[in-house]
Amino acid sequence: MIAARMDRRQRNKNLAIALILGALALLFYLITIVKLTGSGS
Amino acid sequence: MAPPDQLVGVQSAAGDASEVRDYWLLLKPNVMSLVVFSAAAGLYLAPGRLHPVLAFVAILCVAVAAGAAAAINNGYDADIDRVMARTRLRPTATGRISREDALAFGVTLAIISTMVMGLAVNWVAASLLVVTIAFYVFVYTLWLKRRTPQNIVIGGAAGAFPPMVGWAAVTGHVSLASFVLFLIIFIWTPPHFWALALYRCGDYARVGVPMLPVVAGPETTRRHIVGYVLALLPVSLLPWALGFAGDLYGLAALGLGGGFLGQAIRLCRDRTQRTATRTFRYSIVYLFGLFFALVADKALGFAPIAGAGAAW
Repeated sequence: MIAARMDRRQRNKNLAIALILGALALLFYLITIVKLTGSGS
Repeated sequence: MAPPDQLVGVQSAAGDASEVRDYWLLLKPNVMSLVVFSAAAGLYLAPGRLHPVLAFVAILCVAVAAGAAAAINNGYDADIDRVMARTRLRPTATGRISREDALAFGVTLAIISTMVMGLAVNWVAASLLVVTIAFYVFVYTLWLKRRTPQNIVIGGAAGAFPPMVGWAAVTGHVSLASFVLFLIIFIWTPPHFWALALYRCGDYARVGVPMLPVVAGPETTRRHIVGYVLALLPVSLLPWALGFAGDLYGLAALGLGGGFLGQAIRLCRDRTQRTATRTFRYSIVYLFGLFFALVADKALGFAPIAGAGAAW
């Protein structure tokens, strides 16, 4: 039971990290487009 | 009735949601809202223009950095938070999140927010963000909070940096105008926090945090509150006096300041907890109102040409 809960926690942590990295990648993609179009300072 | 395996699934999902909520609470979202608002105001008031996407990124970075500092503070202060009534339900105080996890979470967010700010916006704003986090963590939390009743006077500078960060995100420098915004929050912080400490005095005494009401007593604290509110009045008028805010702001600053002073004097006469609570709440309304007036003043075209916006 405890091992299953630990597994679940670890899986959730991995998922959270993956989501954050995905969001960061998207953010940098957007920032790059803004900078490349010259409208960002 | 649902089968047992489905019930376990529902319980696990509820547990996941509460864990996410715990990490969210670790960031002190209430404090974050004021920080975000003042940073956004600084960003809007600065001369120049920032692309909306970059402006959003800058505000996001300030919010995340404020949350990072709060998470580190929660991690470090878990021992005293556990004893204080106001903080005993915090995730680190109850043990739902360990101190180590809170510290790791905070440090990670601090690194990400400053790096993104530097790479996406500019390195002056990123440096100010580092100073903000470092001031809150090292100067206030680790050094002053448990040592001196001046903790909130000096440590309050950490909460005063966000409008300066917002301003620097647009201009890439620090100017007299952004320093004035810093000064307003810096002078506002002690009376704001002491009003809270007046009715949470027992809490602070129990854990040995030398807040002014604990060390010097409630009478001295009330006098200090009046003194700081008196000092805040002319400082809040500086944007108008220096010519980067117009008459609308000047009138709002006078009205809001007069209200704050009236509330502080009432606090000296009526020594009830209710008046202390009201003073604390009014101080929040005051700061929101003041920055809202600055924004409205510029949006409605009352502000003269910004002469004080030049770089130092």
